[in-house]
Amino acid sequence: MRMRERDQQGTAAIVGTFLVAAWLTVLPLPETVEFGRPLWLALALIYWVIALPHRIGVLWGFAVGLFQDVLTGVVLGQHAVALAVVAYVSLAAHKRIRVFPPLQQSVVVFMLTGTGALIAYTVQSAVGRVLVPPVWVLLPALVSALIWRPTFGVLRWVRRRFMVR
Amino acid sequence: MIGAALMLLDQRSDHVQPLRFAIGYVTAPIHYLAHMPTAIGEWASSQAVSRADLQADRQRLERQILVLQQRVQRLAVLEAENVRLRELLNSSAELDARVLAAEIIGVEPDPSRQEFVINKGTHAGVYRGQAVLDAGGLLGQVVDAGPFTARVLLITDASHALSVQVNRNGVRAILAGSGQPDRLRLLFVPETADIIEGDLLVSTGLDQRFPRGYPVAEVVRLRHDPGAPFVTVEARPTASIDRASHVLLVERPVRRQQEGAEQ
Repeated sequence: MRMRERDQQGTAAIVGTFLVAAWLTVLPLPETVEFGRPLWLALALIYWVIALPHRIGVLWGFAVGLFQDVLTGVVLGQHAVALAVVAYVSLAAHKRIRVFPPLQQSVVVFMLTGTGALIAYTVQSAVGRVLVPPVWVLLPALVSALIWRPTFGVLRWVRRRFMVR
Repeated sequence: MIGAALMLLDQRSDHVQPLRFAIGYVTAPIHYLAHMPTAIGEWASSQAVSRADLQADRQRLERQILVLQQRVQRLAVLEAENVRLRELLNSSAELDARVLAAEIIGVEPDPSRQEFVINKGTHAGVYRGQAVLDAGGLLGQVVDAGPFTARVLLITDASHALSVQVNRNGVRAILAGSGQPDRLRLLFVPETADIIEGDLLVSTGLDQRFPRGYPVAEVVRLRHDPGAPFVTVEARPTASIDRASHVLLVERPVRRQQEGAEQ
């Protein structure tokens, strides 16, 4: 019983980081940097999956994605499916990603967020709402990879500070 | 699998609307928070206005009120006359629609979509399909009404179109968005249509969504292409699409259906 309680520690901190990521997702930015807005929710999700694979998995990915769908007003399920796939892949590879050197880790993050972005893009084009060429879709993934290390540092600090495990 | 089912349901029907609505309770505070830096900036700059500026502002506004009041006086007479004429013609009269003021608190982060978020939701009486205007003219319509926020699709979005007519002579056409904030296109205009540059386009109300007779756009360019079946007509929205910060929501016009018809 005691073990169980300790297992559930820090859910509030996890939800808190996701809320901050959501806030960053809709924060108004100048139009010139709008195209390069990092995929904050995907970044946070990847971190938590790698750090706590026994707690955060595909279901969390789906729920966070659903939340992002409503937040950005797109067809329900678009980001849900994308982030569920991202969570699944990072879950499958979390042991390897953990021991990668920083540069290689960033490359993996680029591929993961890029996959998520492309899935979302595919859904959008199926729904018939696409105006930008697919190259633009990968730019946010690239920016996400570049800021992966600082994000990782901040989230690790949060995890240690609130003793999430 | 669930995701695919959800997407289909959302695209084809309204069954998942309650789910969207419920999550809206959590997303609303985030939109409000995201608006905060802008709001604080506006507040700070409004606190720092000088006395002379305020006085100048006040004088300008007083002059403006005077001019507008003079126009309203004429409008009252015209409106009464219009109602009388409509009664003579046995057609339905339109009543003044109720309006609700709202503030824009978020702009769609995806640059390929022309949408914004306002700070009023179903708790304030906003509903899906409601028309949104600013001081210049029609802005768009509500596509998703959450509890405390609502999402507005602009007339300039590439997926948006509405029915308009030329104010000068009543020629009707369909006005579609282009995805750019200052460009609209008139669709399927025949070579012989009487449309010239500078024509004001007003809403017709035929689309059963927008109220009738609000200015929408002004024709800026016509291009006659000998090979094409239709004229290319470009228009510029009269509403300040990318500068508006306060908007008005108009309730569906109440019509007195053919009251004189039975007599």
